[in-house]
Amino acid sequence: MTIKIAVIQFPGANCDLDAVHVLRNVVGVDTSLVWHNHFKEADFDGVILPGGFSFGDYLRAGIIAAHSPALDEARIMLKDGRPILGICNGFQILIEAEFLPGALLQNETLKFVCKWVNIKVINDRTAFTHRMKKDDVLAIPIAHGEGRYYTDNLKELEENDQIVFKYSTEDGRFKSEANPNGSLESIAGICNIEQNCVGLMPHPERASESILSPKQTTHGRIFFESMIEFIKRRLT
Amino acid sequence: MDQMEFIIEISLENKPAARDPVAETIKRDLLAKKGYDNVSKVRSGQYLRIIIKAINEEDAKVIVTNMCNDLRIFNPVTQNLNIINVKKL
Repeated sequence: MTIKIAVIQFPGANCDLDAVHVLRNVVGVDTSLVWHNHFKEADFDGVILPGGFSFGDYLRAGIIAAHSPALDEARIMLKDGRPILGICNGFQILIEAEFLPGALLQNETLKFVCKWVNIKVINDRTAFTHRMKKDDVLAIPIAHGEGRYYTDNLKELEENDQIVFKYSTEDGRFKSEANPNGSLESIAGICNIEQNCVGLMPHPERASESILSPKQTTHGRIFFESMIEFIKRRLT
Repeated sequence: MDQMEFIIEISLENKPAARDPVAETIKRDLLAKKGYDNVSKVRSGQYLRIIIKAINEEDAKVIVTNMCNDLRIFNPVTQNLNIINVKKL
């Protein structure tokens, strides 16, 4: 059984090669970097939409990429339960393609924020978090200008257990100073109802090797290990 | 029927429910500080001017509205679409 993962490359992507590196060399899985117009879902068991500034963030971050043929292909994967992860701009694309609900607005501070933050695991049953434990606090960096999550239907999100991560202090408390962008309810990441599609603003691919972490943590790696185990379970 | 060209101006305005820090900053840190304390509210948004072929103004409005809805030119969770002007080119 050979598992194959695609990392989609849009014009203006970044950390796409970081994601490929982590999947290939840290987690050890066959991974292809695929130009967005060439992506065919039938070739892959899972897909990652990386960060960056696809199509220059013109009109609204993620909206142009959301109309790429790659998202039509990914929609097939969404429906048949294969794992889809959107990181930062990838999260914005998943929102604009309506894989995930809500909106990502300009940071409350109006500033681009680039720093390590803590996120608390709220849902430990998704394709990307089932190797974590609820209430675990992960150290992961963020780097974005438009990451303020907003929804006009918070109740539904909570009832469906779609909130996956919230920004928190290191000891897991939700405080405004731990919320880097003014997200509603400190929301850092969400999933679809079926839990095979997750989007988050923090960058797990930048937090998967101890040499890259100020505290020598490797919390990002758990996202990818969860993904691979999720695929193995689906295939057996 | 013959088609003509129309200019349609649209604004994508943020809905009141979501905070609008751009507008808040303009009001608080520019207008109020420079003495324009008679300004009670500012909302920010985006502006697009589209030139389109249609048979009349009403047709042009319908096409643009449908296009904006179909392609999610505005995010309906946080933005409203307003057609602010239509005129024949």
